[in-house]
Amino acid sequence: MTAIDPTAHLSAEQIEELGRELDAIRDEVIAARGEKDAAYIRKVISAQRKLELASRGILLFSFFPPAWIIGTAGLSVAKIMDNMEIGHNILHGQWDWMRDPKIHSTTWEWDHVSPSEQWKHSHNELHHTYTNVIGKDNDLGYGIMRVDEDQRWHPFHLGQPLWNFLNACFFEYGIAAYDLELGKNLHKRRRNNPEFRARARAVGRKIRKQVLKDYVIHPLLSGPSFLTTLAATFTANLVRNVWTHSVIMCGHFPEGVQVFERRSIKGETRGQWYLRQMMGSANISGSKAMHFMTGNLSHQIEHHLFPDLPSNRYAEVAVKVRALFEKYELDYVTGPLPKQVFSAWHKVFRLSLPNKKPKVKTPDREQELAAA
Amino acid sequence: MTSTALRSRAWKLMEMVTTPLLPSDYLDLVSPLRAGADLRGRIEAVHPETADAATLVIRPGRGWRGHTAGQYVRIGVDVDGVRLWRAYSLTSPTDRRDGRITITVKAIEDGKVSNHLVRRAVPGTLIHLDQPTGDFVLPQDTPAKVLYLTAGSGITPVMGMLRDTRFDDAVMVHCAPRPQDVIFRDELHDLAAGDKLRLTEVHTATDGILDIARLDALVPDWAERETWACGPAGLLDAAEKHWAEHGVPERLHTERFRAGVVATGDGGEVTFSATGKKADADGATPLLDIGEEAGVLMPSGCRMGICFGCVTPLKAGAVRDLRTGEITEAAPGVLIQTCVSAAAGPCDIER
Ligand code: FES
Repeated sequence: MTAIDPTAHLSAEQIEELGRELDAIRDEVIAARGEKDAAYIRKVISAQRKLELASRGILLFSFFPPAWIIGTAGLSVAKIMDNMEIGHNILHGQWDWMRDPKIHSTTWEWDHVSPSEQWKHSHNELHHTYTNVIGKDNDLGYGIMRVDEDQRWHPFHLGQPLWNFLNACFFEYGIAAYDLELGKNLHKRRRNNPEFRARARAVGRKIRKQVLKDYVIHPLLSGPSFLTTLAATFTANLVRNVWTHSVIMCGHFPEGVQVFERRSIKGETRGQWYLRQMMGSANISGSKAMHFMTGNLSHQIEHHLFPDLPSNRYAEVAVKVRALFEKYELDYVTGPLPKQVFSAWHKVFRLSLPNKKPKVKTPDREQELAAA
Repeated sequence: MTSTALRSRAWKLMEMVTTPLLPSDYLDLVSPLRAGADLRGRIEAVHPETADAATLVIRPGRGWRGHTAGQYVRIGVDVDGVRLWRAYSLTSPTDRRDGRITITVKAIEDGKVSNHLVRRAVPGTLIHLDQPTGDFVLPQDTPAKVLYLTAGSGITPVMGMLRDTRFDDAVMVHCAPRPQDVIFRDELHDLAAGDKLRLTEVHTATDGILDIARLDALVPDWAERETWACGPAGLLDAAEKHWAEHGVPERLHTERFRAGVVATGDGGEVTFSATGKKADADGATPLLDIGEEAGVLMPSGCRMGICFGCVTPLKAGAVRDLRTGEITEAAPGVLIQTCVSAAAGPCDIER
C-alpha cells in the first residue's frame, strides 16, 4: 500500500473502458478456442504420464548413480508439470469447456497433499476473488509473513526469512495447512467443528496416499534400490516444492506490486476489479520452456485477469494486455526469474525488520492492518 | 482366496502405485480399446454413401456387448475440441466376422456432429461409445409379412435389419428427395432384384411428401403387415394416426430420431430437480440467484464466473451465458456456471 496510488490518473470512465477492452480480449479467445487447444492439453497430459512412468522405471535401477540422476530429474519435471501446467489450470476450469469428464475441474486430482476440492476453494474462490486485499486474501504472506510496510511489526517477523525458506521446502504441506486454515482453526477452538474435522480427515487421507506411494511403495518396488529411490522421490518433491514456491512468490510479491485495503473493494465495478488484478500481479519473462514449466503462471497478470482461459493462450493475450497497460500508463511488473525471486526475497528480509511509520496513514487503515 | 478377490487386491495395489491417478489412466495411453476400459471405438474407415451421408466403420473396444438389428448407439465425438454425444442407428449385421460395426450418418443442416462425421472424420480417430440400446427391433420369431416405412436417414436402422435377417415377404416404402439422395440405393436395388424385397421409392422433390392414404395403393395389404416406421416426426405422426384409425395400432413400431428441439428464449420456468423446487426466471437474473431465492442450496464462490465453484449439471432446457450471450443446451455431462447463466427457456438444474 504505497502512499502514491499508481492508478490515480485514471478517471472512472477510463477504468470502465479498460474493463470493456479486457472483456473484448477474453471474448476473442473464447470464440477461437477449439481443437488445437484440446489437442494441446491432451498432449501435455500424455507427455507428463509417459515422463513419470519412464522416470519411475529408471529409478528401479537408481543404485546406479547415472540412473538416479536421470530418474530424479525426470520425476521432478513430471511433478512440476502435474502441479503447474496441468493441475493448477484444470482446477481453474480452464478446460471444462471440452466436456471431457477426465479433464475437468470437478474430477481432477493432482499429485499434491492438498485435496483438489479444498485447494479450489481457497485458491479459486478466495485468492482469485480477493487478490491482494489484506485480510481477505490469505495468499498474501500465507498468514505467517509481513508483506507490507503498513502492517504492524512484531518480533515474530524476525524469523520470516526462515519461515519462508521452510515453507518453500515443504510447500505442498504448507498449502494443505493453509487450505485448512489451520492457524485459525486450531487457535479459536474450532477444532471440534465437524466441517473442519471432515476436511482435516480428507487431507490426512490424501497425505497418507501420497506418502505411501512416494516413500513406501515405489521404494519397495525398487528392491535393492530401496534407499536410492526413496532419496530420489524426496529430492523430486523438494525440487517441485521449491520451484512452485518460487514461481508463486513471483506472482504477487515482487517490488512494484500493489496491495489493497479491505474497504477499497466495497462495491467494486468490473473495471475496478480488473484494475486490481492488473496492479496486484507480476509476471516472469523468459523462454517458451520457462513459461511452460511455470504452468504459464509466468503470465500471472493475464492469468489473474482471465483465470478461466486456457493457459496456452496467455502468451498471445499478454501482447494485447501489455498494450493496454501502456495505453493507460500503468506499470507492467515483469522481469526474469532470478530478478523476480530476488526481489521477492528481498522484500521478505526487509519487512522482517521494523520500519519507520509510513508517512500517509489513516487510523482506519492501521486498525485494519492490525486485524490482518 | 478366489481369483476375483485376488484380482481386486492386485488392483488396489496398482491404485496405490498410481495415486492420485488410476491405473487405467496409464493403460489408456497404450491400449484404449482393452477390456475393462471405458468403452471406446476407433474409426477405421469412412465410406461416402450420398452427397451428404457416409458410413463409418468402427472397431469397438473389447467391452462392446454386441447389438440387435435395429438398435442404435450413442457416440461421443470431439468436435472443435468439445465432446458432443449423439445417437446413430447401427447399420452393420450382428454377425460381422471382423467384429467391426458401422453407423451411417446423414449430415443435417447446422448439425455439428453429423457434418463433422460425414465431412471431416478421419480413420484412426478414437470416439466414445455407449452400449447399444433401443427396442426398434424384430421379435424373436420373424413375422411372415413385413412392411418398412422409412424416409431419409430413417432407412438406417432398417438397413441393419435387412442385412441381418432373411425375410419371406418384405415390402419397403422409402422416401427421399431425389434418387441420388437414397442412402444404400444400390444395395436396396440388389435386394429388390434378388426378390428379397419389394421396394417403392417416393421422390418427394418431384412427388411431394408421401400422403399416408396412398399406402392403400402402394401396399394394399399394409394392415396385415408387421410394420416398422422410421423418419421425420410428420411421417410418424401420420402413420400412428392412420394405423390407429384402422384399428391395428399394435402392428406399427416406430423410431423417432430427434428429441424435440429445445425452445430458446428469454427466461422460463426453472426446475431444481434434486430438491423438486420450481421458480420462474427472467432472462437476465443468474440462476444462482434464482435458486437461492427459491430456497435451494446452491454452491457458490466468487459469483462472477471465475472460480468454477458453482458448476451444476444442466439436465434439460437451455441457458444463456450472461457475459457472452452464448446458448448452452442440456445434454449428458453438460455443466454450467450458475452465477453467470440465465434461463433461455424452461430448464432443469440438478440441485
Ligand atoms: S460462483 Fe464463482 S464461477 Fe460461479
